[in-house]
Amino acid sequence: MIAYIVRRLLYGVLILIGVNIFTFLLFFAVNTPDDMARLAIGGRRVSADAIEQWKIQHGYDKPLFLNAEAEGTRKFTDTIFYERSVPLLKLDFGLSDAGRDISYEISQRIGPSLALAIPTFVLGLWASITFSLLLVYFRATWLDFWGVVVCVVMLSISALFYIIAGQYLFSKLLRLAPYSGFSEGLDMIRFLALPVLVALLAKLGPEARFYRTLFLEEAGKDYVRTARAKGLPERIVLFRHVFRNALLPILTSTVAVIPLLFMGSLIAESFFGIPGLGSYTIDAINAQDFSIVRAMVFLGSVLYIIGLLLTDISYTLADPRVRLE
Amino acid sequence: MRHVRTWLIVIIAIVVILLLAAGWRSGIFSRPINSPYPAGASATNTLFTAFTQRSPKYLDPASSYSSDETPYTYNIYQPPYGYHYLKRPYELVPRAAAEVVAPVYLDADGNVLPSDAPGEMVAESIYDIPIKKGIMFQPHPAFARDENGDYIYHDLSPEDLKGIRSIPDFKHTGTRELTAHDYVYQIRRLASPRIVSPIYAQMSNYIVGLQEYGNFLRELDARLREEGRAHEWLDLRQYPFEGAQAIDDHTLRIRIKGKYPQFKYWLAMTFFAPMPWEAERFYSQPGMAERNLSLNVWPVGTGPYMMVENLPNRRMVLQRNPYFNSETYPCEGSPGDEAAGLLADCGRPLPFIDRAVFSIEKESVPLQGKFLQGYYDVPQIERGDYGVAFRVAAEDSPEKAALYAERGLQLPATVEQTIWYLGFNWLDPVVGKGDTPEQAERNRKLRQALSIAVDWEQYVAIFEANQAQVAYGPIPPGVAGHVEGIEGINPVVYDVVDGRPRRKSLEEARRLMVEAGYPDGRDAQTGEPLVLHFDAMGGATGARPQFDWMQRQFAKLGIQLEIRSTDYNRFQDKMRSGVAQIFMWGWVADYPDAENFLFLLYGPNSKAAVDGENAANYVNEEFDELFRQMRDLEDGPQKNAIIARMIRIVQEDAPWMFGYFPASGGAYQQWVGNARPSEMVRNTLPYLKIDTGLRERKIHEWNQPVWWPLGLILLLVLLLVWPAIRLIRQRERAVALDEEHS
Repeated sequence: MIAYIVRRLLYGVLILIGVNIFTFLLFFAVNTPDDMARLAIGGRRVSADAIEQWKIQHGYDKPLFLNAEAEGTRKFTDTIFYERSVPLLKLDFGLSDAGRDISYEISQRIGPSLALAIPTFVLGLWASITFSLLLVYFRATWLDFWGVVVCVVMLSISALFYIIAGQYLFSKLLRLAPYSGFSEGLDMIRFLALPVLVALLAKLGPEARFYRTLFLEEAGKDYVRTARAKGLPERIVLFRHVFRNALLPILTSTVAVIPLLFMGSLIAESFFGIPGLGSYTIDAINAQDFSIVRAMVFLGSVLYIIGLLLTDISYTLADPRVRLE
Repeated sequence: MRHVRTWLIVIIAIVVILLLAAGWRSGIFSRPINSPYPAGASATNTLFTAFTQRSPKYLDPASSYSSDETPYTYNIYQPPYGYHYLKRPYELVPRAAAEVVAPVYLDADGNVLPSDAPGEMVAESIYDIPIKKGIMFQPHPAFARDENGDYIYHDLSPEDLKGIRSIPDFKHTGTRELTAHDYVYQIRRLASPRIVSPIYAQMSNYIVGLQEYGNFLRELDARLREEGRAHEWLDLRQYPFEGAQAIDDHTLRIRIKGKYPQFKYWLAMTFFAPMPWEAERFYSQPGMAERNLSLNVWPVGTGPYMMVENLPNRRMVLQRNPYFNSETYPCEGSPGDEAAGLLADCGRPLPFIDRAVFSIEKESVPLQGKFLQGYYDVPQIERGDYGVAFRVAAEDSPEKAALYAERGLQLPATVEQTIWYLGFNWLDPVVGKGDTPEQAERNRKLRQALSIAVDWEQYVAIFEANQAQVAYGPIPPGVAGHVEGIEGINPVVYDVVDGRPRRKSLEEARRLMVEAGYPDGRDAQTGEPLVLHFDAMGGATGARPQFDWMQRQFAKLGIQLEIRSTDYNRFQDKMRSGVAQIFMWGWVADYPDAENFLFLLYGPNSKAAVDGENAANYVNEEFDELFRQMRDLEDGPQKNAIIARMIRIVQEDAPWMFGYFPASGGAYQQWVGNARPSEMVRNTLPYLKIDTGLRERKIHEWNQPVWWPLGLILLLVLLLVWPAIRLIRQRERAVALDEEHS
C-alpha cells in the first residue's frame, strides 16, 4: 500500500505541473497583461506609461514562456511563467496582483469556508442516509412513493431558489436569522444556521435518491434475506448489514469531496456574505488577478488529488477484500 | 423499561415547555435575533453601511481613482480644497487650505499678468496655497518616536513583524503637524514608477518639471532593478523637482505650465492629499507588503476619520481621528436647506459620527433586505442609484410606497454630472467625417436623421424608469454652460411647440435620409440596404432588451443595425483601435466644469490617435479652437458664450446623440440627519449624524421574530414521525402467521 500511495503522489505531481501549465495558457489566452493592467489601474485616463509601469512593477512586462533576448537559462527563468507559476510547486503562493499575501488570505478564509462546509457535509450526509434508509425500510408503501416524489421535486429545484426562498422566509418574513454576515466564535452559529439549512435541503433530494438506490440494491441480496430469516429486526438488517455493504459507493462520492470542503461554496458564500475561499476565488476571477486564480486552481487540484487518494485508502478500510496494488 | 422511557419523555417535554414559558415572560423571544451586529451595536454612535463586490483596491491617494474607494479616501485624507456640502451648483471651499486662492499668472519673462490675461500670454500659473496651522496627522506607528526622538518603527526586520497583521497591532503611535512639505511629497509621488498614478500623464502636461522628474525616477528605478535593489525605499525628497515647493511650513507653491483654470478642481481630489514621508518609509520596509501593511490597506491622513479595521472583502471600520478639528458644519446652503433643517448644525465641529462600519454585501437581496430592517443606515454612501431604485419601486408598487413611508425612508433626488451618449466614430466612412466635403455633408445628414429617429424620451421611460433627463447637449445640469428650458434644446432634433420641446417627426428624419443618399434605408446608387454596426460592451448576453430597442429605432428609417457585443476589455480594444462604428458610453465628471465634458469632443484627445477620452475621434477645427479659448477662461459670460457656440457646433455636426443625464439620489433611514446625496462631494460622512435612540427603537419594532411557524413545523414533523414509529413497531412485532392460521 505504501508503494501505491507513493506512486499516486508522484502521479499527482505530474498532474499538478500539467494543471499549472494549462491554467497559465487558458488565463493568458483570454487576458493580456495590458488588459490586467488596465483593469488594475482603473478605466479612466489610463496612459500607456501607466500600463507599462504597472507591468514592470508586477513582473508582467516579460515574455510569457520564452525570453529570446535573455541568455542561457534566463531564456526560461526570466519569463512570467517561471516567476509566477513555478513557485507554486513549492507551495509559495506569493503576493496577489493587488499586493496582498495569498497564503495569509487563504489561511484567514479557510476557517469560514470550513465552518459552513463541515456542518453542511456532516449533517447533509446524516440526513440523506437516514432519509434514504427510511425510504428503504418503507419500500413499496405510500411513504416510499411520496418520499421519492419529494426527492425528485427537491432535486429539480435550483440551489439558488433555496437560497432566495430561505432568505425570504427566515430572514424577511420570520426574522429568525440574519440575511447575511459572519462572526467569529459561537456567534457564528446564528449566521450559519440558515446557509447550512439551505445547503442541506438543496442536497437532500439528489443524495437521498441516490443512496436509496444503493441501499435497495443491497437489500435485495441473499445475505439480507438470510438475516431476515434469522429473525433480525429490520432496523438491524438495514443499519448493520445493508448500510455497511452499501458504504463503498457512498465513500466514492463523499471522501473525494472532503478535501474540497476547504475550497468553499461559491454561491452560498456570496449570498450569505461568508468570507470564505469560494468568494475569494470568484473575486479574483472578476478582478483578473492571475496570481490568486492560479493559486486557487493549484490548491484545488492538490486537494482533489488528495481526495481521490483518500478514497482509495478508505476502500481498504471499508472492504477488507480490496487491496491497493 | 418502556414505562421509564415514557416518563423520561414526559419529564423532558414539561421542562422544555416551562423553559419556553419562562423565556416568553422574560421577553427573550421578542428581542431581534436577526441582527448581523454584536448586541448593543445599534445603540452606539456608529454608521452602518455596505460595500459591494470587493474591497477597494487602492487607498493610496496617488493611485485611488475609483468611486468605491472614495468613502474611505475622502474621509481619511484632506486635500487642500473640497466642495461645499450644501451649495449647488458646486462651489469649492477650503479643507486643509486656509482659503481657495486665485493663481498668479506670469509671462515668459516672469512678469505678473492680470487675472484675465489671455491664455496664450500666460507662461506659468503660480498657486500659493496657505495651509491651516495646527492640523495633525492621525495617530500612527510611522510617527512613533522613543525618548531620544528616534523613530521606533523605521528600522524593522521581518522578524520584528511577527504577529503583526494590522496597524492597531503596533504598540506605539505618534503624530505630528501637517506641513506644506507633505503636499509636495505627495505631488512627487504622482511621478513615481512604483505607484502608477493614473493622472501622472495628465499632470505631467501641466505641473512644471513633473515629466522630467518622472523620467528621472524611471531611469533610477530601472537601474535599481538591474542591481537587484528594486525594493529599496526611494526617498523622493532627495531628487530635485521644481513643480511643487513648500515656501514655508504652511505655504504650498505649485507651478503650472500656461493657464489651466480647472487645476483648482484637481486640488479637491485626493491625488493632491498630503502624504507624510514617514508613512511611505514605514510601509516600504521588508515584510510589510507580505502582511498587507501598505498605504492601499492602511492609509495615513489628517481627515476626520482613520482606518482601524480592514478585513479584505469582509469589513472595514473607520473611526474618528482624535486630532481632527479643522472643519465645521456649513452655515449656508441652497434654497430650501434651512427649511429642511439642513443648517441646524451650523458651525458645529465635524464629524458627528464616531465610527463607520462598512460590511461586504455581494448581492442586492440581502443588502436591500437589511436596509429595510434598519441594519444599514445607508445602503452605500457613494452610490446614487439606490435612491433612484427605491423611488422607482415606490412608483410601481403602492405596497412598497406604503412600506417606505411607514419606515420613514429619506429618498432625496438629484441630477449628477454624468452623461450617457451614443457616439459615431469619426473615422468611419459611413457615419464619420467623410473623405470629401460632399461625403461629409451626406454623413452629417445621416447622423442628424438618426438623432431624430432614436427616441431618447422612450429610452428613459423604459430603461431608466423616467429617472433621467434627456440631454440636448453634452453639459449636464449644475455645470456652468448648461442651459435649462427651451433655450437649451437641440434645434436639430427638436422643435418648440406650444412652448415645449417636441422631437421632430420621422418625415423630417426620412427627408434627411434622402439627402444623405439613403432613401428608405437603401443606398440610392446601389440599392443595397444600409447596414450599420453597434459596438456594445455588454458581452454575449448583456443588455439584450436595449439592443432590441436600438435596432427598432434604426429600423424606423429602414436601417439594419447589427449588434457587435463583447466584454469590456474587447470593447475598449475596439475603441482604442478606432474600428467601432457606433457605440454607447458614459462619462462621470471629475469636476463640475464644462471643460471636463467638452474635452470628450476635443480633436487632439482622440482615443484612436492618443488613447485620449474623445471616444468618437471627433475633429472640428472651429470647435477645437474654441475649446482652447474656453479652457483658459474663468467662469463668466464670455466663457458661457463660447460654450454655447461649441454646443451649437456639435449639435449640428451630431458626432453624438446626446443620450441622457441619469438621475441620482440617496436612500437614508429616518434617523440619519443632514443627509444630502452627492457624487461630487465625496467627504459626506463627517456631515451625517445618527439618532441612536430612534434607531434602537425602530430596529426593535421592525424585527420582532415570528416563532409560531417553527412550532407548526415541529408539529407537522411529529405528525409524520409518530405514525412512522408506530408502523415500525407494528412491523417488528408482526409474526409470519397469526395464531388463527398457525
